[in-house]
Amino acid sequence: MSATRIHVPCDAAARSVGSDATARAILAEAKRRGVDVELVRNGSRGLLWLEPLVEVSTSAGRVAYGPVQAKDVEGLFAAGFTSGKPHSLALGLTEEIAYFKNQERLTFARVGLTDPISIQDYIDHDGFRGLKRALALEPAAIVTAVTASGLRGRGGAAFPAGIKWKTVLGTSADQKYVVCNADEGDSGTFSDRMVMEGDPFVLIEGMTIAGLATGATHGFIYLRWEYPDAHRALNAAISAAYAHHYLGDDIQGSGRRFDLEVRLGAGAYICGEETSLLESLEGKRGQIRYKPPLPAIQGLFGKPTVINNVITLASVPIILDKGAEYYQHFGMGRSRGTLPIQLAGNIKRGGLIEKAFGITLRELLYDYGGGSLSGRPIRAVQVGGPLGAYLPESQFDTKLDYEAFAEIKGMLGHGGIVVFDDSVDMAAQARYAMEFCAIESCGKCTPCRIGSTRGVEVIDRLIAGENPAKQATLLRDLCETMTYGSLCALGGLTPYPVLSAINHFPEDFAKPARTRVPA
Amino acid sequence: MTKEHTATVGSIGRFMNRAQTDAVLNVCARLKSSAGALMPILHAIQSELGFVPHDAVPVVARELNLSIAEVHGVLSFYHYFRKEAGGRHVVHVCRAEACQSVGATAVEAHAKRTLGIDFHGTTRDGAIRLEPVYCLGNCALGPSIMIDDTLYGRVSTQRFDELMAGARAAGEA
Repeated sequence: MSATRIHVPCDAAARSVGSDATARAILAEAKRRGVDVELVRNGSRGLLWLEPLVEVSTSAGRVAYGPVQAKDVEGLFAAGFTSGKPHSLALGLTEEIAYFKNQERLTFARVGLTDPISIQDYIDHDGFRGLKRALALEPAAIVTAVTASGLRGRGGAAFPAGIKWKTVLGTSADQKYVVCNADEGDSGTFSDRMVMEGDPFVLIEGMTIAGLATGATHGFIYLRWEYPDAHRALNAAISAAYAHHYLGDDIQGSGRRFDLEVRLGAGAYICGEETSLLESLEGKRGQIRYKPPLPAIQGLFGKPTVINNVITLASVPIILDKGAEYYQHFGMGRSRGTLPIQLAGNIKRGGLIEKAFGITLRELLYDYGGGSLSGRPIRAVQVGGPLGAYLPESQFDTKLDYEAFAEIKGMLGHGGIVVFDDSVDMAAQARYAMEFCAIESCGKCTPCRIGSTRGVEVIDRLIAGENPAKQATLLRDLCETMTYGSLCALGGLTPYPVLSAINHFPEDFAKPARTRVPA
Repeated sequence: MTKEHTATVGSIGRFMNRAQTDAVLNVCARLKSSAGALMPILHAIQSELGFVPHDAVPVVARELNLSIAEVHGVLSFYHYFRKEAGGRHVVHVCRAEACQSVGATAVEAHAKRTLGIDFHGTTRDGAIRLEPVYCLGNCALGPSIMIDDTLYGRVSTQRFDELMAGARAAGEA
């Protein structure tokens, strides 16, 4: 009889709640009982509240158990979980769990399914099919496919990817680059991390296709230091890709070249801004650049550069494989395809939900999320990271769509949703938004560098009740200066969380000072 | 490396010991030919020495043909680079919104109080250095902390104490 295959995620989130100990316990218990077990460390399925989520391969499919701590393992063996038998932690077939089943997994098709650093597993699950297509196409045809798919930058700015690529293709130079922005710094987001840890080859494939499309022969992944697991996975996958000629000077015998390496950031939120990231890659302070020139014309080391977020690049292989029309078919309005949504913060069922654009916040918060973790009413959600607006319950019917969010003075950003219950102090959140901007400002422009510090001071006076009407006017005036006078989105969008807090939750700014919990 | 070379470095890097100076020079020799080498070099120095000594700055500047101001400017820009020694374990506590929504502020206050230090400080026994971090990418399972390069989720104040006790024990072993 062949070994029972058991999957225990190696994803950092799963590890953060004990999946390594669970994996060790499974091996030890199997040995003690003389059961033949093959342990696979897969990526996470994204049902994070169930981590560590253990899956057992059976003839009917993969059966899930979770959350499984090391102490549960003996009981699972006793109940016969190696043949998919019932147990109080049993969840049935993984792919029948509603949270998972109702998703539209395109970019995340393999995440959680495969062994992330096995190139054979990647190939067996439709890997490198997009690259094979691309190798048979002219560069302009690849760019046309990406443009036709409607893919927009998933990092937050939502700029059409095909347009960037076309500019790089049309700019002649002795050297061009592909840069992946893996500086996923927005609180509430982890989709980049999950792809890099759970399916690193898809990013390698997407970047290689970007290279073929634009004539770039060298790629950099700029990864934040906070993701050591992703760093290890990417380096292992890059080595395997070189060994199997998916990277290097002769990709799959085509004579085409693409080299790829990972560089680490060092804890600067601003380096998620593309020009600041390029400065950092060049070995400089991460201060933003004036635009123009666009990075597509003068980017890294002054050369034409494709710079895209992880999810954008990781969505390219399936577009090339299944066609632009297939991808474009998902979504609504001008937001085409799918968005890997991250449900985070004070939420009962947090995790990764890849859906076509158009789902409402309410569906996500209650149907998927099951309400708050604390069981208290959800009072506010922040969508799009620390620069995104705080939305009240009255806006929960907004559809996830770039334009719909712009209409309510919000932004979808990188698709992170952070949930707060009714214990939140929105004045404290507004103050934090200014404080964060002050800590992370690159210092290049005055509205952001000084404005954020002044913003903290004004909010402090407002909260303390020192002539509040005057402070409120001053704060709005300051926000206007930051919005229109800042060089980049950090200073320019910090007013979003601040003003949305004050507009939607004015009562929190008027509390008597003594009832406040000190920050 | 030549004798003369070492002597010059010794006079600049007078507060680095010989082993530290050698480590810095070795890192530079290994990495300086790559494009945009400064960040990888600073990372490698910190990873080998636990911090980037003040006196490594002129050494790196000379090896890369940059001004001391340029290297200092980069070193001081990035929050992750530590400029002083201290702490067998570095504990990063997430301060970002998703963790705030599930009680990170209380964990942060508890950490400072029980360790008796503020951010960027090191406990008196030299075991723990405390640093803030803005998102560890574990936003559905907060509050999160990172001890060296291991991530922990759902960190209550009680779990924090257990993890610190564990780190201290591991450091002494």
